[in-house]
Amino acid sequence: MQEVKSLIQEYVKVHGKARNNLLPLLQEIVQHENYLSEDALLEVAESLEIPSSEVYGTASFYTYLDTVPRGKYIIRLCRNISCMMQSQAEVLSTISLLLKIKVGETTTDRKFTLLQANCLGWCHKSPAMMINNEVFTELTPQKAVQIIKEYKEK
Amino acid sequence: MELQSQKRIELIFSDYTSSKYKTLERTLERTPDDIISELMDSGLKGRGNVGFPTGMKWKFARREVSDTKYVICNANESETGTFKDREILERVPRKVLSGMAVCGYCIGAKKGIIYLRHEYGYMKEHILKELGIFHEHVRQFNFDFTIELFMGSGSYVSGEESALIESMEGYRAEPCNKPPFPVSRGLYGCPTVVNNVETFATAQVIFRIGAEEFLKLGTAYSAGSKLFSISGDTRNPGIHELELGTTIEDVVNEFGDKNIKSVQVGGASGYCIPQRLFAETVIGFEGLTTGGSMIFFNNTRSMYKLLHEYLRFFAEESCGLCTPCRVGTQQLLLGIEAVKKGEKPVTYIEVLKKLALNMKTSAKCGLGQSVANPFISILENFKEEILY
Repeated sequence: MQEVKSLIQEYVKVHGKARNNLLPLLQEIVQHENYLSEDALLEVAESLEIPSSEVYGTASFYTYLDTVPRGKYIIRLCRNISCMMQSQAEVLSTISLLLKIKVGETTTDRKFTLLQANCLGWCHKSPAMMINNEVFTELTPQKAVQIIKEYKEK
Repeated sequence: MELQSQKRIELIFSDYTSSKYKTLERTLERTPDDIISELMDSGLKGRGNVGFPTGMKWKFARREVSDTKYVICNANESETGTFKDREILERVPRKVLSGMAVCGYCIGAKKGIIYLRHEYGYMKEHILKELGIFHEHVRQFNFDFTIELFMGSGSYVSGEESALIESMEGYRAEPCNKPPFPVSRGLYGCPTVVNNVETFATAQVIFRIGAEEFLKLGTAYSAGSKLFSISGDTRNPGIHELELGTTIEDVVNEFGDKNIKSVQVGGASGYCIPQRLFAETVIGFEGLTTGGSMIFFNNTRSMYKLLHEYLRFFAEESCGLCTPCRVGTQQLLLGIEAVKKGEKPVTYIEVLKKLALNMKTSAKCGLGQSVANPFISILENFKEEILY
C-alpha cells in the first residue's frame, strides 16, 4: 500500500489536483498494481479531493480499470462475432484447461487472469487476444498454449 | 468489371511521404476560409458513422469566439468489426496529425488531443514518437499547435463525442444532452471539433488532391471513397478502400465466400442485410451509412448467435444513464433467450420489437437508439432462426 500511496502523491505533485487527472492516475495505478484496491481508490479520492463514491463510480465504469484483484498477466480473449466465427471457443477452452481457471478467475499463484473482451479490432486476423498490452492474432489452440507457456516462464 | 476500378482506390494509404509534412506546409499557406470552403465543396462527411459534413463542423467552430479551442481526434474505435482507424494510425499517422493541424489552423485552436482506445495501447510509443516528429515540423512552419495523447480506459460509448469529452474531463463517459454541441461548448466548455481518425486522414487527402478530384469518386450524396473493415466468411479479410455508392452485391462478389446469406454492415449498431437485398442496398449516405464494418456470414452461421452476442454487447456497454437503454438492452437479451428456450410464446417477440422501437425514439444517445437496427433487421430477415 505504501508504494501506491507514494505513487499517487508523486503523481499529484507533478500534475496537480485537477479532475482531468483522475483517469490517467487510475490508469497508472492499474499498470503498477493490476487493479484498483479500495485503499488505492480512497487515497486517490483524498489526494484529488473528489468524493470517494465518485472515484469508485468513475473507475467501475471503465472495462480496463479493474476494481477486483487481477493476476500479473491479464489474458483478454476477443469475443466479437468475427473471432467467434474462427474457433475462438476452442482457444478459450484450451487456455482455460491449461491454466485450470474459468473466465473471470485468477490462478492461485496470481500470475494469470482469464477474461473475454469486446472487439479488440483485429477481426481480419481473428481470433485475437491481449495479454496486458500485448496483442496476439490468428490464434490456434496450439499457438495460444505456446504463448501462455512463454508467459509462465517470465 | 466496374469493381476492378473501385478496387484500386488507394487514397488513404498512398503517397505517404516518410519524413516531410509537405501537404501540411502547403495547406497552411492558404487562408482558413479558403480551406474550409474546399472541404465543403468536397462534400466530405464524417467517417465515424454519423456522417455530419466535416467542412460545416469546422466552419461552426471557426465562428465561435473563444480564446481557447480544441481539436479532438476520436480514436476510440470500438464498433464491433471495425479496425480501419487502427490501421490508419499505424500506417499513415502523419496524415491524421496533419488533418488535425489544419483543423486547428482553420478554427483557431492551439491544442489537439488524440483519444486512443485502451485496446490500442500497444501503439502508444509509436504515436508518441510520431508526435515528436510532428512537433518539430510545425515549429519549423512557425505554427503554434501541439497534440497530446489521451488513453481511454475501455468504453464503447466513449466514441460518442459528448461522452468522449466527459471521459477526458475525468468523469464516467455518459453522453450529454445536445445542444449545445461540442463545436460551441466542448472540452472544458470551449469550442471543440471532434472528428474520427479517418475523417482527418481523408481531409488531408482532399487538401492534397483537391476537392474536384475527390468528387470524381462516389455519388452525388456520398462523395469520395472510404475504408471498409472486412471480416467473417471472406476470401480476403482486411481493410479495403472502396468508392461510396457501391452495392452490397458488388462487395460480396468481390470479397465474399460461397453461399453468403447475409452481411452485417456497421457492426453491432448497424444493419443485417440478407441476400435478397444485396443488389438494391447501396453503401453511402443515400443508403446505408456506416463506419465501415462489414462481416460476411455464410449459410452455416447462426443468426441467433449473432443477435445474442450483439445484445449482450449492448447490455454490457450501455452507460446506464437512461432507462430505455439500461433496461431495454437487458430485457431484449433475456427476451430472446426466453423465446428460444420456449419459456415465452413466440408472440412475445412482438413485445420485444415494440421495446426496441421505443428505444429508438426514447434513448438518450446513439447507443440505445441503434439497438433496434440489428434487432429488427436480424429478426425480420431470419425470424425462424431467432424463434426456434
